[in-house]
Amino acid sequence: MEEFEVPKPPRTNYLNAEYGLKSWLLTKDHKRIALLYLGAISFFFFIGSLYAMVIRLELLTPQGDLVQSSTYNKVFTQHGIIMVFFFLIPSIPATLGNFLIPMMIGAKDLAFPRINLLSWYIYILGGIVTIYALLAGGVDTGWTFYVPYSTTFSNTYVIAAGLGIFINGFSSILTGLNFIVTIHTMRAPGMTWYRLPLFVWSHYATSLIMILGTPVIAITILLVALERLAHIGIFDPAAGGDPILFQHLFWFYSHPAVYIMVLPAMGVVSELIANFSRKNIFGYKFVAFSSLAIAVFGFLVWGHHLFVAGQSVYAGLIFSFLSFAVAIPSAIKVFNWTATLYKASISYDTPMLYALGFIGLFTVGGMTGLFLASLAVDVHVSDTYFVVAHFHYIMVGGTLFGYLGGLHYWWPKISGRLYPEGWGRFSALVIYVGFNLTFLPQFVLGYMGMPRRYHTYPADLVSWQVLHVLSTAGASILGVGLLIPLFYLIWSMRYGPIAAANPWNLPGLEWQTASPPPTENFLTTPVVTHEAYEFALPEHKQIIGKFERQKSVET
Amino acid sequence: MQSSVPLLPESASTLSGDVDALYFYLCGVTIFFTLLIGGAIIFFVIRYRRRNLFEIPRPIEGSTRLETLWSVIPLLIAMSFFFWGASLFYRQYRPPTNALEVYVVGKQWMWKFQHSTGQREINELHVPVRRKIKLIMTTEDVIHDVFVPAFRIKADVVPGRYTTEWFEATKPGRYHFFCAEYCGMNHSGMGGWVVVMEPTDYENWLSGNAGQGSPAAAGRALFESLGCVSCHGANGEGGRGPALIGLFGSKVVLNNGQTLTADEGYLRESILNPQAKIVTGFGPIMPSFQGQVNEEQLLQLVAFVKSLSTSKPETVTAKPPPPTAKPNATPPAKKK
Repeated sequence: MEEFEVPKPPRTNYLNAEYGLKSWLLTKDHKRIALLYLGAISFFFFIGSLYAMVIRLELLTPQGDLVQSSTYNKVFTQHGIIMVFFFLIPSIPATLGNFLIPMMIGAKDLAFPRINLLSWYIYILGGIVTIYALLAGGVDTGWTFYVPYSTTFSNTYVIAAGLGIFINGFSSILTGLNFIVTIHTMRAPGMTWYRLPLFVWSHYATSLIMILGTPVIAITILLVALERLAHIGIFDPAAGGDPILFQHLFWFYSHPAVYIMVLPAMGVVSELIANFSRKNIFGYKFVAFSSLAIAVFGFLVWGHHLFVAGQSVYAGLIFSFLSFAVAIPSAIKVFNWTATLYKASISYDTPMLYALGFIGLFTVGGMTGLFLASLAVDVHVSDTYFVVAHFHYIMVGGTLFGYLGGLHYWWPKISGRLYPEGWGRFSALVIYVGFNLTFLPQFVLGYMGMPRRYHTYPADLVSWQVLHVLSTAGASILGVGLLIPLFYLIWSMRYGPIAAANPWNLPGLEWQTASPPPTENFLTTPVVTHEAYEFALPEHKQIIGKFERQKSVET
Repeated sequence: MQSSVPLLPESASTLSGDVDALYFYLCGVTIFFTLLIGGAIIFFVIRYRRRNLFEIPRPIEGSTRLETLWSVIPLLIAMSFFFWGASLFYRQYRPPTNALEVYVVGKQWMWKFQHSTGQREINELHVPVRRKIKLIMTTEDVIHDVFVPAFRIKADVVPGRYTTEWFEATKPGRYHFFCAEYCGMNHSGMGGWVVVMEPTDYENWLSGNAGQGSPAAAGRALFESLGCVSCHGANGEGGRGPALIGLFGSKVVLNNGQTLTADEGYLRESILNPQAKIVTGFGPIMPSFQGQVNEEQLLQLVAFVKSLSTSKPETVTAKPPPPTAKPNATPPAKKK
């Protein structure tokens, strides 16, 4: 062992460079801000999951025997608001993206470190206002805030909840802005666009949507508040307004927002597939540009949420056509990931299990999206559990799997410690089984006609209850599966084996510095001489030869 | 699927079999691709597992030919979904002209139906089998939605406008219908039954519930009591205001040169907001009736104007509607 130059854990790194609460709350280090986000979004994910538990327990029986209808309506609304705006949208970009984009492109920080910190404070402020809305009495409009229910009829805390989302949107815009400027201006010498890791490409595409889409939801929420407070008449037909206009505005942001959630996960999966196969990604440019294609086409398909809403037949036809078109770039990614595995050297580490799970679940989620784009079938399944199942396959099977895979993959870099691999694989498997058992029955339930947002359902339909029981059983397994990483990741921060600088033996820039990295990321600015995922380089072969058995460093 | 735990909804309309066929095609393609990709992944992951710690596979750059192949084939398959789904949808959304019309008003959290022969129902809709039924729907408050899984139809019911959906039931029975657009506290309780009956049973049912004025007759009474007669003529023949006889379904030329077809939505708007579209040759003299008539009364006025159109095919009913309403017939606003 002594003959190899094992990098010693650096004396100072970003975690121990400064101590004290103030050093965290006033930090401008993108890595520390990423950890601030990690703590905050984990908190919101936990709250959102508790709401999910109430929903699943209530639906065990056809009657409303756990909570009252008014409570149930608040529970699913708040589950949606918390999960969408405070977990899924910031999840990967604000934590992994924040931590890794500068490291992957060989930069010392993001372009605007102070704005980065500001975006976290804005997120927290939005979160506090939203939690105030929940504690003050809650909101029951559904996360979609459809008018005129939200403007005229609901007597819950619509404006407070809307304000929380409104504020939170600015943190999204600032993060997107920061990423775009950073990727344009801060790349290390030799880091050309086509040498960027695909994680960076997908975050670039995500940032475009964040900047262009988020202002629209802000305007829409503002209009809802004005209509509610001052009755300006923009959505109220009695005053010359149009309630369908709201749905156009809402989905103009909220459909692209789905891509804000899933594109970063696709970026993570591209990293995992390439790195755990020790192979360059098949069709790099196709995967990179498909992210941009998704970002652009994603803005043209919002009307598929309005097929039964009273939109014209011809608008329906056009939006159906465009929705099929947006499926193609996603299909290209799936095929390229699969092809990357051909003649590869595949390891079965936890992050890879999540990535493989992602491909399977995203395939099901994407294909069932085609059901919803097919007009006549959508008429039947729209606003049913089929839709619920579909978007959970994309958001949980997609985003959450990507997030957990990425978190495990980069955990040694982030924390400087190794997580227990056996527990990692076990919990990934439990989460996979639990997830499928939760949401596969919901496809069947939806086609049978079970509408979403239903507190009770007819008791004479036996199969509905059977399917709900299966789904709740799955959700219980999923819940347990999600608690396991929560425990062992926290445990590993103190007791995990100390990680080597490059525990997976990979060529990516983020692995060519200490774990955890120093505050300035790289002691000398790296010079990039090759493309991403180049495993066959002689110097990399040497690295693997030297350090394969040294995932951790004994001190 | 005759087991006690069926996995498909009942199929009871002329459309439901066609929607199911497309659904099965989609399921087939989905299962095929999921197995193809899942199978390829599992095969590769086992076949190309890391056998020793030092192995480095040979890089493969990619292949434009393969990329083209797996872009074009999915695109072609997606287009088959598109055209199949779109043609069915087009059929679904072009209401037949000879349908039996039922007026539907949703409100938190109940459904009110009125047949063109006058019968009123709440949360239950009786219809004859093998007849095309067209629902003309609106709401008094928030957005609702009429969803009949067994017929594979669904349409939102939107305040301030009329939406329609139609079906032709193929077998008698009782079928659940649901409100499928979230509408507040008792959303999940806002449903009921569509009762499909053999024609003779239906006629018995109709006569058992007779004695209620038809919507058109009630509309005529409103037409008189609201004073519409002073401008549109005692029988809708026109005067200071445009003639209403033969208006429904005809082309109307507006004073800005635009032409439109007089449908339910246009009639509704012209009652509530007469200044929005003014027929050429007439002055903007009509007052708004916003707030003076509720959604049900509006539908009755619309039904009355429709009844003045000779071009409209007479809907066949078991019992002809009463010729005229009693002059003092009260508009049956909020009672069953």
